[in-house]
Amino acid sequence: MNGRRKRGWRTDLKKNWQLWLLLLPTLVYIAVFCYQPMYGALIAFKDFNPRMGILGSPWAGLKYFEQFFSTSIFSKTLRNTILLSVYNLLWSFPVPIIFALLLNQVKNRKFKSFIQTVTYAPNFISVVVLVGMITLFLSPGSGFLTGLFDKLGAKDSLYLVRPEYFRTLYIASGIWQGMGFSSIIFLAALTGVSPELHESAMIDGAGIVKRIWHIDLPSILPTIVIMLIMAIGNILSIGYEKVYLLQNGMNLEVSEIISTYVFKTGIRSAQYSFATAVGLFNSVINLILLVTANLIAKRTTETSLF
Amino acid sequence: MRRKRKESLEDRAFHIGNTVIMVLIGAVMLYPLYYIVLASVTDPTVVNTGKLLLYPEKIYLEGYKAAFEYGQLFTGFANSVLYTAVGTVISIFLTIPGAYALSRKDLRGRNAVMFLCTFTMFFSGGMVPTYMLVNQLGLIDTMWAMVLPGALSVYNLIVVRTFFQTNIPEELLEAAKMDGCTDLKFFWHIALKVSGTIIAVMVLFYAVGLWNSYFNAIMYLNSRSRMPLQAVLRDLLILNTVTNELPIDATETVDRMMRADQLKYCVIIISTVPMMVLYPFIQKHFTKGVMIGSIKG
Repeated sequence: MNGRRKRGWRTDLKKNWQLWLLLLPTLVYIAVFCYQPMYGALIAFKDFNPRMGILGSPWAGLKYFEQFFSTSIFSKTLRNTILLSVYNLLWSFPVPIIFALLLNQVKNRKFKSFIQTVTYAPNFISVVVLVGMITLFLSPGSGFLTGLFDKLGAKDSLYLVRPEYFRTLYIASGIWQGMGFSSIIFLAALTGVSPELHESAMIDGAGIVKRIWHIDLPSILPTIVIMLIMAIGNILSIGYEKVYLLQNGMNLEVSEIISTYVFKTGIRSAQYSFATAVGLFNSVINLILLVTANLIAKRTTETSLF
Repeated sequence: MRRKRKESLEDRAFHIGNTVIMVLIGAVMLYPLYYIVLASVTDPTVVNTGKLLLYPEKIYLEGYKAAFEYGQLFTGFANSVLYTAVGTVISIFLTIPGAYALSRKDLRGRNAVMFLCTFTMFFSGGMVPTYMLVNQLGLIDTMWAMVLPGALSVYNLIVVRTFFQTNIPEELLEAAKMDGCTDLKFFWHIALKVSGTIIAVMVLFYAVGLWNSYFNAIMYLNSRSRMPLQAVLRDLLILNTVTNELPIDATETVDRMMRADQLKYCVIIISTVPMMVLYPFIQKHFTKGVMIGSIKG
């Protein structure tokens, strides 16, 4: 049995060696740039010493995890990460769906494609430019948004430094940038809704709102569920790039999240083992969340990622 | 037919409300972009009052002059062009052939390979081990640190694989094999020929990502002369270094700050021009790319 299987592999390789050749660069890349770091993450359990290498360094057990859990940084960064992600999910997830459902009802094709062009555009702006824009528009005294809010009766103007505005800034700018682009996938799903369903519902006297609610929404539910699982699976890996740029000494209280903390301790102050442990903790929780979300979705909606 | 013209009152109200919402959304999306264009050519004393601009009130082009004299910006621009070009080629080379091989049902072990690839989407060694790897490979402060980490997106790999699976009929492969066509030849002469769309989409996905990325630069680069545009922009726009670098002459600090602010608007425009010029061409491809990805679900 075993022998036959081995021979099977060999003839298979002989037959398909050209395909394997095509696959080779991809395989090498994945091995080096994805799996090698996973092996490197071993240093989370070791007292890493660059001279002794990953294998040579002495084991440290869970020392670095315990060190992380025992500091106040742990609860602070975990709390900040979860709150930012959950609020972000609550706002940024439904908005593109609602937008897609509404845009789908626009009859005038030209107007529809104009709105699409306009709403997809911010997606191509880099985070650096986005945060630069936020900084300029909200600068006290000279930004046009600060000016606008002043006219609307706002008393404050220190939006960039006050911790209480940080999450709002992050989420609102995210929606501005991503709403249009995230809606594409739902719009695509909506094109699959059969017009006959709508016609027969119309004959039964169902208004637009009812038809959206009872026909469109259920039709794109599988897409919604898949996107939701993905979003939940990424809840702790919330984009640190924008957070890092929006951070300043004043809002660190709420803006320090796990990944920015890993960057500072690991890369900036070279506490390799400690920062790796923190990052690993983050990845594992993420994986658990993803698997759990997938399981729940499978049980309740029969749609799942895997 | 008649029904179509006779909309119910509710439906008509909905359509009016919906149009208003769409116009509002369009305005909110567009105005900040329009504002930057205006602010880049308007006298900073007008811009810095913080009022809404609707048209250029007092044309003032010193900002662009200052931007063009800012050497670091052009070094960054040139570096970004290089990194984007090289990075895109590498990413395409890692994505397309591999995706084709994985699309072939007769490739034994492809499910195992797919699993290994997909797993990396949801779990990774983390930032520090990746940094150590790049360090170990001797890539710190080189162009390769900008283009290799993250060169392959497994998501894109899956999208391209799906494309090949749905767009190359098995009969075509069988017929070609009958004529003695090898897998390599089939990939090169036939599979690539029919996949122009998806290659275009991938080039765009990767190129935009590379052009816009800044984090690799602050992780792996030290030399100012190698910094890509986005890292230069970060210094200018967010860390405000230029305010201190502008020549200190008789003019007051306030005036200097205003000029610095206008410079920022100009710099945003200059750095976004390549994307905005390409955008109308890119847009429909992006939509297509996302849609192909969504077919798989």
